[in-house]
Amino acid sequence: MDALLVRLIILLPLAGAILTGLVPLFMPGLRKNESLISTIGTLAVAVPFGMVVYLFLTFDGNAFVATFYTWMAAGDLSVDFAYRIDQLSLIMGLVVLGVGTLIHVYSIGYMHGDDGFWKFFSYLNLFIFAMLNLILADNLVVLFLGWEGVGLCSFLLIGFWYTDLKNSAAANKAFIVNRIGDFAFLLAMFLLFRELGGLDFDTLLNGVDTLSSTTVTMAVLLLFLAATGKSAQIPLFVWLPDAMAGPTPVSALIHAATMVTSGLYLLARMSDMVLAAPGVMVLIAIVGALTALVAATIAITQTDIKRVLAYSTVSQLGFMFMAVGVGAFFVAIFHVVTHAFFKALLFLGSGSVIHGMHEVEHDLEHEGHDTSSFDAQDMRTMGNLKAYMPATHITFLIATLAIAGIPLLSGFFSKDEILFMAFQAGYNGMPVAYAVWAVGILTALLTAVYMTRAYVLTFRGEERWPEAPSIAPHESPLSMTLPLWTLAILAIVGGYIGLPGVIADGDWNWIHHYLAQDYGGPVADLADSAGFSLPLALKWLLIAIGGGVAILGVSLAWVAYDREGLAFDDRLRERLGPLYGVWEVKYRLDEVYDAALVNPIRDIMGQGFAKADASVVDGVVNGAARGAAAFGRVLGRIQTGVIQRYAVMMVLGVVIVMALILFV
Amino acid sequence: MELTVNWYLALSAILFSIGVMGVLFRSNAIVILLSVELMLNAVNVSIIALAQMMADSTGHILVFFVLAVAAAEAAIGLSLVIALFRTKPTVDVNEFNLLKH
Amino acid sequence: MDLSQAYDAMLGDLAGAFPLVLLAVAGLVIVVWDAFRNNDPLLPYIAGGALAIGLVFEGSQLASEQTTLFYGNIRAGGFAAFINMVLLGGTLLSVVLSVPYLRQIKHAYGEVYALMLFATVGMMALATGNSLIMLFVGLETMSVCLYILVGLVRKDEGSIESAFKYFVLGAFATGFFLYGIALLYGATGTVYLHEMQSGFAQSGATTMFWAGVGLLLVGFFFKVSAVPFHMWTPDAYQGAPTTLTGYMSTTSKAAAFTALILVLYYALPPERWTTVLAVVAVLTMVAGNVLALAQDNVKRMLAYSSIAHGGYILVGLAAGTAAGYSGALYYLLIYSIMNIGAFGVIALLEWDGKIGREQTMESLSGIGTQRPFLGLAMAVFMFSLIGFPPFGGFFGKVAVFGPAIDAGLTWLAVIGLLASVASAGYYLRVVYVFSFKSADERPAEAPATGTGFNVPFSSLAVLSLCVVLLVVVGFIPGLRDVTTHYFIDMAVAAGTL
Repeated sequence: MDALLVRLIILLPLAGAILTGLVPLFMPGLRKNESLISTIGTLAVAVPFGMVVYLFLTFDGNAFVATFYTWMAAGDLSVDFAYRIDQLSLIMGLVVLGVGTLIHVYSIGYMHGDDGFWKFFSYLNLFIFAMLNLILADNLVVLFLGWEGVGLCSFLLIGFWYTDLKNSAAANKAFIVNRIGDFAFLLAMFLLFRELGGLDFDTLLNGVDTLSSTTVTMAVLLLFLAATGKSAQIPLFVWLPDAMAGPTPVSALIHAATMVTSGLYLLARMSDMVLAAPGVMVLIAIVGALTALVAATIAITQTDIKRVLAYSTVSQLGFMFMAVGVGAFFVAIFHVVTHAFFKALLFLGSGSVIHGMHEVEHDLEHEGHDTSSFDAQDMRTMGNLKAYMPATHITFLIATLAIAGIPLLSGFFSKDEILFMAFQAGYNGMPVAYAVWAVGILTALLTAVYMTRAYVLTFRGEERWPEAPSIAPHESPLSMTLPLWTLAILAIVGGYIGLPGVIADGDWNWIHHYLAQDYGGPVADLADSAGFSLPLALKWLLIAIGGGVAILGVSLAWVAYDREGLAFDDRLRERLGPLYGVWEVKYRLDEVYDAALVNPIRDIMGQGFAKADASVVDGVVNGAARGAAAFGRVLGRIQTGVIQRYAVMMVLGVVIVMALILFV
Repeated sequence: MELTVNWYLALSAILFSIGVMGVLFRSNAIVILLSVELMLNAVNVSIIALAQMMADSTGHILVFFVLAVAAAEAAIGLSLVIALFRTKPTVDVNEFNLLKH
Repeated sequence: MDLSQAYDAMLGDLAGAFPLVLLAVAGLVIVVWDAFRNNDPLLPYIAGGALAIGLVFEGSQLASEQTTLFYGNIRAGGFAAFINMVLLGGTLLSVVLSVPYLRQIKHAYGEVYALMLFATVGMMALATGNSLIMLFVGLETMSVCLYILVGLVRKDEGSIESAFKYFVLGAFATGFFLYGIALLYGATGTVYLHEMQSGFAQSGATTMFWAGVGLLLVGFFFKVSAVPFHMWTPDAYQGAPTTLTGYMSTTSKAAAFTALILVLYYALPPERWTTVLAVVAVLTMVAGNVLALAQDNVKRMLAYSSIAHGGYILVGLAAGTAAGYSGALYYLLIYSIMNIGAFGVIALLEWDGKIGREQTMESLSGIGTQRPFLGLAMAVFMFSLIGFPPFGGFFGKVAVFGPAIDAGLTWLAVIGLLASVASAGYYLRVVYVFSFKSADERPAEAPATGTGFNVPFSSLAVLSLCVVLLVVVGFIPGLRDVTTHYFIDMAVAAGTL
């Protein structure tokens, strides 16, 4: 029964993708039938969600593996299409399918009238299918297939409106940057297979002890590099902000709630191995902290609402990597869950706003305005939307407070747990963890500031678009606001699955008990095994600091931006001087990447053939290519077109074959 | 001098070689067709001689199949030459080199 | 055995060879029908129906034991069912693609379908034949029909020239093939493949035997267009109607390769031919790919590419193991899908009025942006031809190169890999021209392909079927090894293992 459910969970989204993709491809008449397509597309995700809920409720604590079939068995390598149901995959499955269902519903309204409506749902379903492969896989090969699959869907969806060259470029950038991480993944797989002779998780994790420390370090380092690609960390995070070129539901689903967290999932799944490489863990913590800080500072300066959220996502992912770095894997997953709620909500809210601003743009065009420079995503043209879009406003505010870490909302619990774990790791003898904690507190402050800024600039103050208020946006349809409300509730209560240790001595921290190995779960936990625990007073102090910076940041930014509006950005620029300048140009990282990586690759590929003498490598490559083509032309000369020449060649061939047979 | 099977085989080889030479060096399309037929019939000589030597009827059956196939090939070949002649009034195979390289 | 017993046995065997008989009868029906109602549009349906029924029948036989029929002349069931399915399926796809194409080039003759059915009968006889006579008859039935199909557009000088070249060289190669049969018959005293090794051991006519083997191989090398017997291939492929090029480049090659495998496996002691196969494989892979790199004509490029793929398959054969043989058969299946698809796309894009034989790469500029589906399909076919995971071509290459490495022919597999890498040069060029060049770069005389034609539904269905198959074929469990055990079982039966 359960195995059958697993099959259905995996295959239904695929069936949905085929039905909504291939059938309209051949029957163009169906393409415009939005109700049919959206019903199929949404059910293909909603039904598996129900099944996962059932599995979750009836789960008895024993992981089980559902094997579809043995895919290939060549020599030592035997790869099954096998899926693993345990606490970790159930949590991820609930998030992916739950948020996925809501976003499918939201897309019905958001994509209404788009020519590619059917394609969009097909891609979304395909993405869910690939993502399920990723999180439910029982071995690295199937996980890798899912990993590549979500990458492909991400590529397709970023470039969904491919007629705009900018979008195609963003899609290509995401694709190329991710290849670097994928290459590391492949290397890690080869390495582990060579050392352990298998790629299913039982073999891998039980075999950690038999590996030399160099091997473990290499493997974890490669896996981490793979994770930095997918989860947008330094040095591979540059693709995510550009990825916002895709439709907003895509940003919410793929680039906030699910796909970008798969790097975290990978590390949590491999937690036993990661713990065996303490050196890499320090690196992970540092990279996570740096990414969180860098992205948060950039977010303060952005004026495009989706870009603010994109950098915020990068920053929050940095928090999760901090948790992994200090060995608190279950907390990383905890933050994955709460982040999925409030960040998806923020993106969907921004989508609702953009929807409204497009309406404004359309009306302006109708009135004869030149709208070529009008940008529906630019917060500088928004303002006071609370008067026009009440539902969007309230839900966006809830999400803002949640991500800022205002006490008793979901973000507060998970972020506080991360900071607490970092501090505790320092207390337990990992000096760098104190620094990580300090950076985390600073980032939390910045988070509260930039999110409040985004909220205030968008929803409060004066209307800043032309001809306001005679031209005004309207609230989005129910299919869009319903998911907003649902997510808003989750963003409020989602944190209560992980109450902090000061309450009931940690016994009410449900997610800890559910996931951690000490309580029979799949995720290893350094904090438990280390044994030290902070004094209770110190714990309360840490919570107070965490909550305090959030309240401080929100109130400061609220007062400043509500009073001065956009002018406060200029004040900041003046005050902070060059520092703000550096943030504003995003540390020139895009330019550095272009100069160091993208341009050389493009030049070698594009112009290299024209400039044979550009470098030795070029010369050799060109030489080989030209040589082969020239050789081909020489061989082509033999092909004179005269039958008898052909016959002579054949007789020559007969002589060769006979000589080889008879005399060799 | 007794006529052993080797003599037949030698005759067959010589005839086959003549056929090969004809395909390689004659430029008239009809003569090339004839040369191909000669090659097939040269092989027939071998097969009959070997079958006779081994007192096995399979070889004789094979020869009948070869004759039928040769007839079919001749029919196709001649009709192709006619079609070729209609596109360009010559039967010199060197004139037909539109497709090359 | 008296005559009535023989008669009963024959009736029983006829049922076992049902698809062969059905196709032949359907072909005759088409010929007769065509005589009374010339070029009736119903004719392709008869052909397609017969092929579909045959396909279903062979599918039902796939799991059954392999047997021989007609006193050991032909195989049926199991292994034979697999290769017959490839042949019937390839022919079916080609028939569906050919209907609109032949109408487009105004040569929608009814007898085309009869000829395709007869050719397929020949291929099935060749691929499942167990005696040299059967091989010869099958090979010739196939070839004679293909000569006519290549020269179908007989007002076009290129088409008729290519048919003539194919015919003369084919008949020439048949001479060598037949000579090889004669010498093998003389050296072993039998024409049955499974008796050949013991016959050879008894007679000890060594030189005659090995000369026969060499000449037989020459005949096969010609049919699978291995270098240096490949010279006819680009000319014939270029001048033939494009969908029929796709047909002959896949099914006839599959049939000839299967027959070669069976001959190698049952009839010949392996000591000498490994070197020959390896050498020819290297020549074929290198020359095929290098010639394709320099090629600007679309159809010739695909012709050279198909030569190169023959080389990859020869690598599997050179391994000489059960895994190598079954890998080669698996490769043939995948190769058939991708090549029929690629030629199918090219057939849709012809505009020069000369069955596409003078179209250069540039004439396809920007199709992918105007016709995204064709661009996507072509990209899938090209990536699969390169052998790029996760498409079928990748699994095919694993299936032939892997056994070669296991058999100690690592150098051969490495050359194959390098050749595959080089092949990306011209396959990716197609993708580039399709998707990244602007339609403005098309030659001025080209029609506005993006708007001027309709892709028929049937072609669209076949192409998307090919695309889907290429995506999923590598993930079908056990497909790669479906034929492996036949080789091992037979080796046990023959006492050679």
